[in-house]
Amino acid sequence: MKTAFIILASQKIQREILAHEHTLESLDRAIGDGDHYINMKRGAQTITEMAADLAPLQPDAVLNKIGLKLLSTIGGASGPLLASFFISMGKSLQNNNASTLNIAEAFAAGVLAIRQRGKADLGEKTMLDVLIPVSNQFLLLTQQGRDTSHICRSLIATAELGMLATKDLIASKGRAAGLGERAIGHIDPGAKSCQLIITTVCNLILNDE
Amino acid sequence: MKKFINKVDDILLESLSGFSAAHADLVSLHFDPAFIVRHNKASNKVAIISGGGSGHEPLHAGYIGYGMLDAACPGHVFTSPTPDQMLAAAEAVHANQGILFIVKNYAGDVMNFEMAAEMLAFDNATVYTSDDCAVINSTYTTGRRGVAGTVIVEKCVGSLAESGANLQACKALGDKVNQRTSSIGVALTSCTVPAAGRPTFDIGNTEIEMGVGIHGEPGRKREQMREADAIMIDCVDAILADFKVKNLPLEKANEALLLINGFGATPLMELYLIYNIAAKLFKQHGINIARSLVGNYTTALDMAGASVTLCMLDDEIKQHWDSPVHTAALRWGC
Repeated sequence: MKTAFIILASQKIQREILAHEHTLESLDRAIGDGDHYINMKRGAQTITEMAADLAPLQPDAVLNKIGLKLLSTIGGASGPLLASFFISMGKSLQNNNASTLNIAEAFAAGVLAIRQRGKADLGEKTMLDVLIPVSNQFLLLTQQGRDTSHICRSLIATAELGMLATKDLIASKGRAAGLGERAIGHIDPGAKSCQLIITTVCNLILNDE
Repeated sequence: MKKFINKVDDILLESLSGFSAAHADLVSLHFDPAFIVRHNKASNKVAIISGGGSGHEPLHAGYIGYGMLDAACPGHVFTSPTPDQMLAAAEAVHANQGILFIVKNYAGDVMNFEMAAEMLAFDNATVYTSDDCAVINSTYTTGRRGVAGTVIVEKCVGSLAESGANLQACKALGDKVNQRTSSIGVALTSCTVPAAGRPTFDIGNTEIEMGVGIHGEPGRKREQMREADAIMIDCVDAILADFKVKNLPLEKANEALLLINGFGATPLMELYLIYNIAAKLFKQHGINIARSLVGNYTTALDMAGASVTLCMLDDEIKQHWDSPVHTAALRWGC
């Protein structure tokens, strides 16, 4: 993973978030408090504006800087969670010639940080319903030595499944937790935005090949 | 959407600037990161800091001043503030006795304050408020929400801190007041987050949302609109049931504080009307309303509706509720 790739990915992610304004807003209005899109938009914009500052840095420092910036920009629950992800992923990333396995391990470290910060796990109708399966699948496929395009296609599918699975769940964490059975039938907005981001990054890699 | 706005992105900054200008005798505002502190910083007391998403005014900045908060950290509308705000506020108001954070129990607020507390160099403790009894089945959620009862916690803890009590004592009183306080809200309309530009939830002309949270997040149940007496019976019953769950004694001659809080778009005329009903209903259950507060104290932007909060008093809580306070939104005794 190179710094230039992270910067390019952040620009694509911003574009995707803006393109999904209606989806993210409707989902959050249904079972949240209506601020998720605004917060994601603000976070994405801040990161793309940092491009010039990030360009000369090593990838681990880039991820750390993105994490700290998100921490002081997004607020809400997404802020500390996404910040914990990037800071922890940065700590686990080997800069020079990071292998795919190292990237998968760094991704898993980021997801673990979200679990710890949010005190949440799989099946609670949160972003972790996308992130945990994706992280597990990523580790498994790299350990099996699968090629990059196979991994990317598989992760896109895994993210989609995880996102859709939140629809039938009762929320026990996050803003929808007070809703009980009324949350059933609605996809979790945080899971949706994570699926968007993962899909965007994977597509970027696929198109690059 | 019809609101007093220049640019949606500037709404918070312009509102905070107006607040600090209107109350220049009490507070000053800092930017980048944003926080508000009280004048006449104490030299040796526990510093009380609260904060949360904006849109709940006068919570929290309206409670900065003598006998209540030392600082408040405002987040974007309905969005928790970020740890850098809490750290900067703590640096500004620290007075050698540590920092007590008062945090409404919402995931975002909890995480941001938690990260601030981990990074803070000073002694600190946190009181999480969780007075909302709207969520019936606790298996659905790990935490109850902190709503209007937060005002009572801030008032009592602020008073104790003013008297020179230490950090542990302030936290203990905050936890006790929270434990003895229950709230439930009813929404008659939705609210509109300015940046979203449309109502957060759809609600019919003849519907109400029982157990609504202070962000317009749905609550217990969607129900049909009915007369005020009937709505208040349900609210009072919910609170009494919650006190039972909490195992708080409700025997005769108990004294309580009743707070009727408007969500932003309900006239005081109606708030007093429901105060009267709620007070009578509690009285029928042997609870004597010894203290009261009626008005817009923890709002949800332009939502119509109100919440009912009951705090079981004891001598200590009564003393700290009655003690002098001088803030933008609460003032008595000085």
